[in-house]
Amino acid sequence: MSVPLVAVTSQVLDLQRLVDELAKTGSGDGAITPFVGLVRDHNQGRRVEYLEYEAYDTLAVRALNRIVDEARQAWPDTRVAVHHRTGRLEIGEASIIIAAASPHRAHAFAACRYTIERVKQIVPIWKHEHFAGGDVWLEGATADPEDEVARETAYRIACA
Amino acid sequence: MRVTIRLFARLRDLAGSGELVRDVPHPATVQTVWRTLVTEMPALGEYERTMSVAVNADYSRMTASVNEGDEVAFLPPVSGG
Repeated sequence: MSVPLVAVTSQVLDLQRLVDELAKTGSGDGAITPFVGLVRDHNQGRRVEYLEYEAYDTLAVRALNRIVDEARQAWPDTRVAVHHRTGRLEIGEASIIIAAASPHRAHAFAACRYTIERVKQIVPIWKHEHFAGGDVWLEGATADPEDEVARETAYRIACA
Repeated sequence: MRVTIRLFARLRDLAGSGELVRDVPHPATVQTVWRTLVTEMPALGEYERTMSVAVNADYSRMTASVNEGDEVAFLPPVSGG
């Protein structure tokens, strides 16, 4: 069964299946770079107990597809796959997995980094942090896919 | 006319619900829907300058027009990844 290249899911993420999916469809590729985002046990001085991720699923999938398209335009020989998890996640669990395949490792690394930076900018997903003594919604970027300054920032970080 | 309002994360908590159905005057923009919401729940107003908006699950603007049956979403700053 083929694995979708973009997904928002409450299921446990499986990096190997994502890598295998890219590998089997790209005989010209010389590299696949993975990225795994984890739930860590501390944040801003708080002892984190677990996170709950909430998504606007339909728009989140659209935003992820947009990012994958942006990466393909920036590095035309590169393909990106990205899955984001939702629901309750324990410390050490993967919240996001990304894999980028390219004939050249530099492009694969860059596209992978670009993707995670853009996810944090424009994908409608939120962390609800449950820590020792309370809980808080984390709020980062005001999502605006048309904001070229944000997009350029992600591109610059990816190519650093 | 009737629209569905979707709220997420802390906006959803503040409103006590993630999905509301409201009648707004026609013609309406996203701004009209937001004003209706904030009049009813002033606590939501703090998000006016930091939130994003979407119409029918596509990012949009406060000035965009809204039609009967549309789904209008108000999104706090995102924190995925």
